[in-house]
Amino acid sequence: MPMLEVENIHAYYGNIQALRGISLTVEEGEIVTLIGANGAGKTTTLRAISRLVPLREGTIKYRGDDLAQFKPHELVYHGIAMVPEGRGIFAKLTVAENLDMGAYSRTDTEGIQEDLERIFGLFPRLKERRNQVAGTLSGGEQQMLATARALMARPQLLLMDEPSMGLAPILVESIFQTIQDINAEGTTILLVEQNATMALQVAHRGYVLQTGEIVLADSAAKLQQNEMVQKAYLGIE
Amino acid sequence: MTPTNTPTLKDAVRYGLLSGLIEINLSAIGFILLLHQRELVAGAFTMGHLFLFTAPIGFAYLLAKKTAAHSRSRVLGYGAIIGALTALPLIILVFLATAFDIRQFLLNISPDLITLLTFGQSVVTGSLILLAINVVLGMLSAALYLLPPQWRKMAVSGLAWVAISGTFSEILLGRLRSFFGRGLTDLIFTGKSLNPGFAVFILVAGALYSYFSQRRHARKEAEGDRSDATVLSLPIETINKIILGVVLLLLPVLLGSYLTEVTNNVGLYVLMGLGLNIVVGFAGLLDLGYVAFFAIGAYVMGILTSEGALGLGMGFTFWTALPFSVLAATLAGILLGMPVLRMRGDYLAIVTLGFGEIIRILALSDMLKPFIGGAQGVLQIPKPSFFGIDLIQPGQLYYIILACVLLAWFISARLRDSRLGRQWMAMREDEDVAEAMGINLVSTKLLAFATGAAFSGLAGAIFASKLTSIFPHSFNLLVSINVLSLIIVGGIGSLPGVVVGSLILVGLPELLREFAEHRLLMYGALLIFMMLARPEGFWPSEVTKRELHAFEEQHQPGTSSD
Repeated sequence: MPMLEVENIHAYYGNIQALRGISLTVEEGEIVTLIGANGAGKTTTLRAISRLVPLREGTIKYRGDDLAQFKPHELVYHGIAMVPEGRGIFAKLTVAENLDMGAYSRTDTEGIQEDLERIFGLFPRLKERRNQVAGTLSGGEQQMLATARALMARPQLLLMDEPSMGLAPILVESIFQTIQDINAEGTTILLVEQNATMALQVAHRGYVLQTGEIVLADSAAKLQQNEMVQKAYLGIE
Repeated sequence: MTPTNTPTLKDAVRYGLLSGLIEINLSAIGFILLLHQRELVAGAFTMGHLFLFTAPIGFAYLLAKKTAAHSRSRVLGYGAIIGALTALPLIILVFLATAFDIRQFLLNISPDLITLLTFGQSVVTGSLILLAINVVLGMLSAALYLLPPQWRKMAVSGLAWVAISGTFSEILLGRLRSFFGRGLTDLIFTGKSLNPGFAVFILVAGALYSYFSQRRHARKEAEGDRSDATVLSLPIETINKIILGVVLLLLPVLLGSYLTEVTNNVGLYVLMGLGLNIVVGFAGLLDLGYVAFFAIGAYVMGILTSEGALGLGMGFTFWTALPFSVLAATLAGILLGMPVLRMRGDYLAIVTLGFGEIIRILALSDMLKPFIGGAQGVLQIPKPSFFGIDLIQPGQLYYIILACVLLAWFISARLRDSRLGRQWMAMREDEDVAEAMGINLVSTKLLAFATGAAFSGLAGAIFASKLTSIFPHSFNLLVSINVLSLIIVGGIGSLPGVVVGSLILVGLPELLREFAEHRLLMYGALLIFMMLARPEGFWPSEVTKRELHAFEEQHQPGTSSD
C-alpha cells in the first residue's frame, strides 16, 4: 500500500478550476517531486493534501485512511508536516521559539530535546542564531528554519512547497542536500518545485503538471532524459 | 528623513510656515483661547500660551536636531527663522481682525483672542512682542539641542514638571489643602494656579531630580547591572511591589472622592482593555464591536437586580447576578465567534462592528422595550453591598473594581504564558502555519472571543451597578473605539500598556473636562503622533519591543555574518 494515494482530485478557487483530476502516489521512503510552471496547480495539490483547499471530487488516502475525515490541524498528529510556500515562519518569535512551536503537537519532552539536537546538527546555522528574532534571518536561514520547524513534529511524510524560491544558487544546492539528508534519515518527502533541474536530481520519481493536470509521470532519471521536460523545464534545446 | 541631506534655508522656511499654519489653525478654532482659561503659572503663563508656542518650539528643535550634525552655526539662525515665520501669519491675522470684521466667517477670532495674541498691548506693539517672543523661543529651543545631553535633559525635565503640575494645579491644590491645610497651599498657589515663585522652585527641583537620576543611572552602568540589589534583605522588585500594593490600597484616601470616581472609570476601561487585549493583542483578531459584551453584561445585571418595573424581582443581588452577567457575555462571545471563524483582518473588523451596532439597536428597539426598556433604559439598579454595607461611595466601589482588575490581570498573565497563549501567538502570526503545527483554530479563536467577552461583561455588570441605571446610548461605537485606541496607545499585547493607555485616554480627558469639545482633535493628534514617533506604544510588550528593535540586535557584534 502506498503511503500517500491521491486519486482523481478536482479543486476550485471560486469558479476557476485549479486541479482537473490529479492522481499520484508516494511510497514510503521516497522523494517524489511535482514540477511544472507557474499556475500549473502544484501548490494547490499540496494545499489539498494539507486539507487547506476543499475538494470537489476525488479522494486522498494516507496509509489507507481517507484524509477527508481529518481537520487540517489534525494531520500533524498523524505524521504529515508541511513547509509552507514563502517560508511562513513566525517572524516575531525567536528561532528557538519557532522550533518550539514546531513541536507543538508533541508531548514527549525528552524526544523533543533529542530532535532539537539532531536538527541543530543538520542546521548548525540555526544553533548559532537560536535566540535571534526569526524575521531578521537571511532568506536561506528562514528556509532552513521553516524546514527545521516542520521536522520538529517528527513527521513521516514531509510536504515541501518551493523550498528553493528566492534563494541564491549556492543556498539552493545546500537546501537540496539537506532534503536528501532528511530523506536518508527515513522521512518520506513530497516536493513541489519550479527548479526542475535540482528537483529531478534529488527525487526518485516525478510528476509533471500542466494547467491542473498531470501530463507525465516517471522516474526522475527518465524524466531528465525526456525531450519535452528538457525543453520546457530544464532549458535544454 | 534622509540624514545625509543637510537642511537648507528652504527647509527652515518650510518648517516655519508649517508651524505658523498649525498655530493659526489652533487659534482660529478657538482651541488656544479655551486653553487660555487654565493658568499654569498665576498671572504669567497659561495653557493657551503653552500650545501657542508648542509648534515653533517643536519644529525648531526638530530642525536643530537635523542641522546640528552638519553645521552648528546655522542652528540658531534656523530657529529664529522658524520663530519669525510662525509669528507672521498670526500677526497678519491680528491686523486683519482689527481692520475688518472677519468674525462673520471666522467666529472664533474674538477680541479676547486678539488680546491674547498681542499680550494686551496695542496692535503694533503687541505684534512686535509676539514676533520677538517667537524668535527668542525658536532660538532657545534650537540652542537647547546644542547643550550637552545632561543639561538638555535637566532643562526638559524641569519644564515638564512645571507644565504638568501647572496643568493639574487645581486638583493638586484640593488634595494638598485637605491634607495639610491652607497654611501650606497659600504658599504654593495664587488663586487656583501655581504662584511664580513656586513654579521656579518646581523648575529647579525637576532639573535637580533629573541630574541625580542621571548620575545614579551612570553609576549603575559603571558598576555593571547588578540586578540582585536588595533592601532589608528583600529584592528591590519585591519592595516595589509592596509599595505599589500599599499605594493601590490607600488610593481612595489619597485621591478624595472626585479623583477616585475618575479612577473607577479608568479601572472599568482597564478591565475592558485587558479583555480586548486578549482578542486583539494576543490572538490578533480585530474586534470593533467589543462594546456589545459590555452592554450585555450591564443589561443582564440591570434586569436581574433592578428594583424598578423591569426588574425580575427574583431577589438577585449584585453578587449573585454577577456570574450570570459574565456568563451571558461569554456565551455572546462564543456566539459571535462562530460565524466569523473563517474571517480575517478587515472582514472580521466589519462583521464585529456590525455586531456591536446590532446589540445597541436591539437595546434601543421598541420590540424589546417591554423587557429592557428601550430608550428609557433600566432604572433603579441597586448598588452592590458587602456583608450588609451598601457600597455607595466611589471609594468603596473602588475596591470591587480593583479586585476585578487584579483578577483579570492575573488571568491574562497566566494565559499569555500558557499553552493557549502560545496558540494565540502562533495564530496571530500566521493562521495557516499555526494550523499546520497542529493548532485547532476553531477552539483557539473561540476561547479568545469568550475570554475577552467575559472581562467586558464583568466591566459592564459593575458599570450598571455603579451608575444604578443604564441606557442604550452608553453603549455606542465610541466605547469600542476608545478601548481599541487605549490598547494601541499603551502598547498592543502589553498588560501594563492597558493601564497606561486607560490613564491617558480615559483619565486625562476627565481631568481636562473644560476642553471636552476638542477631545477628538487631541485624540487624533495623539494617535498620529504615536504612530509616527512610538508605534510600539508607551509600554510595549516584550515581543513588540523585540520586533521593532530587531534591527539593532542583528547588528550587535558576533551575531551578524552575512
